[in-house]
Amino acid sequence: MVAFLFYVLSAVSVLCALLVVLMRNPVHSVLSLIIAFFAIAGHYVLLNAQFLAIVHVIVYAGAIMVLFLFVLMILNLNKAAPPYQTTLVKVMGAIAGGLLLVTMVASLKHSAIQPVAGAEDGQIGLVKNLGKALFTEYVVPFEISSILFLAAMVGAVTLGMRNKKDNSSAITHL
Amino acid sequence: MQQLIPTILLLPLLGFLFSGLLGGRLPKTVVGAVASLAVLGAFLGSLYAFGQAGPQPEWTVKVFQWVAVGDFQIDFGLLVDRLSVWMMLIITGIGFLIHVYAIGYMHSDPGFARFFAYLNLFIFFMLLLVMADNYLIMFFGWEGVGLCSYLLIGFWFQNESYGKAARKAFIMNRIGDLGLLIGIFMLFQLFGSLNYQDIFSRLPAMRMAEGALTVVTLLLFIGAIGKSAQIPLYTWLPDAMAGPTPVSALIHAATMVTAGIYLLVRSSLLFQLAPITLEIVTYVGLATALFAAFIGLRQNDIKKVLAYSTVSQLGLMFLALGVGAYTSAMFHLTTHAFFKALLFLGAGSVIHAMGGEQDIRRMGGLRAALPVTYWTFVAGTLAIIGFPLLSGFFSKDEILAQVFAHSPILWGLALLSSAVTAVYMMRLFFLTFFGDFRGTPEQRGHLHESPAVMTWPLIALAILSVTGGVLQIPAFLAGGNGQWLSHWYQTLPGLAGGHVGHLSHTAEWVLMGTTTLVVLAVMWGSYRAYVIRKKLPLADTQVRGIELWAAQKFYIDELYDAILVRPLEKLSGILYHIADNRVIDGSVNLIGVVMTRLSQFFRLVQNGNTSYYLFGMVLGLILILLLNYII
Amino acid sequence: MNSAIPVLQAIPIDNYLWLSAILFSIGVAGVLMRRNAIVLLMCIELMLNAVNLLFAAFSTYLGDASGQIMVFFIMVVAAAEASVGLAILVMIYRNHKTVDVSFLDKLRG
Repeated sequence: MVAFLFYVLSAVSVLCALLVVLMRNPVHSVLSLIIAFFAIAGHYVLLNAQFLAIVHVIVYAGAIMVLFLFVLMILNLNKAAPPYQTTLVKVMGAIAGGLLLVTMVASLKHSAIQPVAGAEDGQIGLVKNLGKALFTEYVVPFEISSILFLAAMVGAVTLGMRNKKDNSSAITHL
Repeated sequence: MQQLIPTILLLPLLGFLFSGLLGGRLPKTVVGAVASLAVLGAFLGSLYAFGQAGPQPEWTVKVFQWVAVGDFQIDFGLLVDRLSVWMMLIITGIGFLIHVYAIGYMHSDPGFARFFAYLNLFIFFMLLLVMADNYLIMFFGWEGVGLCSYLLIGFWFQNESYGKAARKAFIMNRIGDLGLLIGIFMLFQLFGSLNYQDIFSRLPAMRMAEGALTVVTLLLFIGAIGKSAQIPLYTWLPDAMAGPTPVSALIHAATMVTAGIYLLVRSSLLFQLAPITLEIVTYVGLATALFAAFIGLRQNDIKKVLAYSTVSQLGLMFLALGVGAYTSAMFHLTTHAFFKALLFLGAGSVIHAMGGEQDIRRMGGLRAALPVTYWTFVAGTLAIIGFPLLSGFFSKDEILAQVFAHSPILWGLALLSSAVTAVYMMRLFFLTFFGDFRGTPEQRGHLHESPAVMTWPLIALAILSVTGGVLQIPAFLAGGNGQWLSHWYQTLPGLAGGHVGHLSHTAEWVLMGTTTLVVLAVMWGSYRAYVIRKKLPLADTQVRGIELWAAQKFYIDELYDAILVRPLEKLSGILYHIADNRVIDGSVNLIGVVMTRLSQFFRLVQNGNTSYYLFGMVLGLILILLLNYII
Repeated sequence: MNSAIPVLQAIPIDNYLWLSAILFSIGVAGVLMRRNAIVLLMCIELMLNAVNLLFAAFSTYLGDASGQIMVFFIMVVAAAEASVGLAILVMIYRNHKTVDVSFLDKLRG
């Protein structure tokens, strides 16, 4: 049962990843990426990382992808622009990706990792346990990440601001 | 005494600094006076040292430690023994007279102060040469006098040929110096020290190293060949006559060229153990004496004749050294300094009176116009040809006697060279001072005797040339009172063996008589030819045959030019144009060019294309993983 | 489910390794192949997610909560990066009227 679920979810995620790369229309890419994220969230559930699963769906599928779509729509980029690089680059890219896959697999193949004895209970993904770890051991990175968010927010707003003297006022849809 | 010795050395150096730094702004009389006084002070100091120089040789003064590297230690030390104090007397005494003379001779020259600065510097270096207590400091002085010689020969440097003569002198000296330097290296290797006393005291224990000693002494002799103008390194001396006449008198007659003799006498203990070298010295000296005498026979420049005469007389001195007569060589060195300096200064007086003319074919009958010069020149000429009872007579005769004791054949050749010396000197004398004046009317109007500042040194030197023979009157003439110089030197190691052969009194009388007869015959013959028959030297275009060869110095300079100078210049040109310009500069530039090309190539990597960069990143990542997996 | 034990028993960790590697490589290929800058960013997100998955899997298999904390923080960073990146893209679009990376080569040497 579990194995079956695993393979289904894996297939879906890989397939959608491929679609992300191969689709011409950017909006289609976004949509297939959303489905891929759902599949990965499913993986998380399978691993009993409940908190992560929920957060994944909310943050990634709910916020980040929406943001992507938003920008796509604003920039009106769903029209046909040549979606891929030149053939040479396409081929090289595919080869590079393939090589990377091979290399990674080869270097990781001989690792023999066994489940650790303390992992018997499999409860570390629960919110309570995760929260305990987060707020005791990792509280400092936690706080610092809030500052990171602040910085990102300020940066994004500043970058997006329009200059008063901007002579691109002819562009009405921005 | 310990303070006096460095003072003697320092006075000329201070004179140099004074004249060199301040002389340009001071009146000429002040500069001349200071410079001459510096040398006079050194002379007085040497005189005092001479008076104090007892039988047990020396004072040594260590001024400071110069080099101390491991086993190699050289002190800047001074050694004053009877040999060096004698040389000091000659250098400073004749040097002083020449300084005084130069005040008059150079009085209209704009480089007056510079001249005296160089002269003082020369005295300093020459003193250093003879006062050193080790070979390295002596070499320091050796090089220094070579430098001063260069500066002074090329004193009128605006004339390019004078500069070339100066360069020639320096370079030829250098060739000899190379031999000397290697000899010094070998000395250090053999004896572990360059100090005279150390070397000579260790010498008896070195019986086995005769081959090495031969080589060392040969090398030292090569240095002496260069400095004292023997065959084959003599051609610089006639060309050095480009310098002002006081320079020729001081450096190329009395002092610097005698440095080679001094070196050999100082190292006499070494040379005694290397008979092969002594043979070579003998033959080189004799050959030089003859060869130079024949060249001098057909020269028409008054100074050139005297220059070749110097070379010839030096050859005679080396001949004496070669047969082991060290004291005789020193004696002849002394008398030669007297009369050669006198002759040069007299020639300078003549040139001065002729307004710069040096060709004897345009002189003549000067004895009426230049009385003091004439009479002093008489003294000098008679001395050099060995007229009886003058200084040159005794010194030359002693050398001839010693050579005869060694080998009669050599004696015959030496006598021949003395005869030729007499011939060319009488030729010079008669053509300059007798007969009708052959110059231009302006020159005739310009003729005047030199001022007192120039004639007094002449007179002083003339007195010395005439009376200098008392130093070493042979035993068979004066009994026990003669041979003062030999007795004086007797306590010096090495010079003790200076009395080589013992001839019977009869033999000595015969020899002396022969020489005198030859001299008188030459005098009479020259008188007949040049005064009675008024024979004149030919113009340059009319000279033929062997006379042409002699007049052209037997084409030695041309020979050297062809076999040495031109190939070296070619080689230098090749090295410059090909090795230096093309190869070395090329390879250095090549690096620059390669760098530029490489950077131009790598610049293309930055094409601004993001995916290209990302591609590079991915490749790098793959490489890292691969390497991680492999290693 | 309430426990990760069935997963631990049924699926070896290698499978997760394979999955993560494949997703990552697909992301890399996409980064190299696509011209639209926004799709480029999305492929980067895909790569991040592949890593997240692996972290979570290891965290479960080794019983260590650090892996999931790591995923948490990666998500934080990814969110910040996506927002700032898109803001930059908008600025680029304003200036150059295009987000095609092959036209954005002003930084050439």
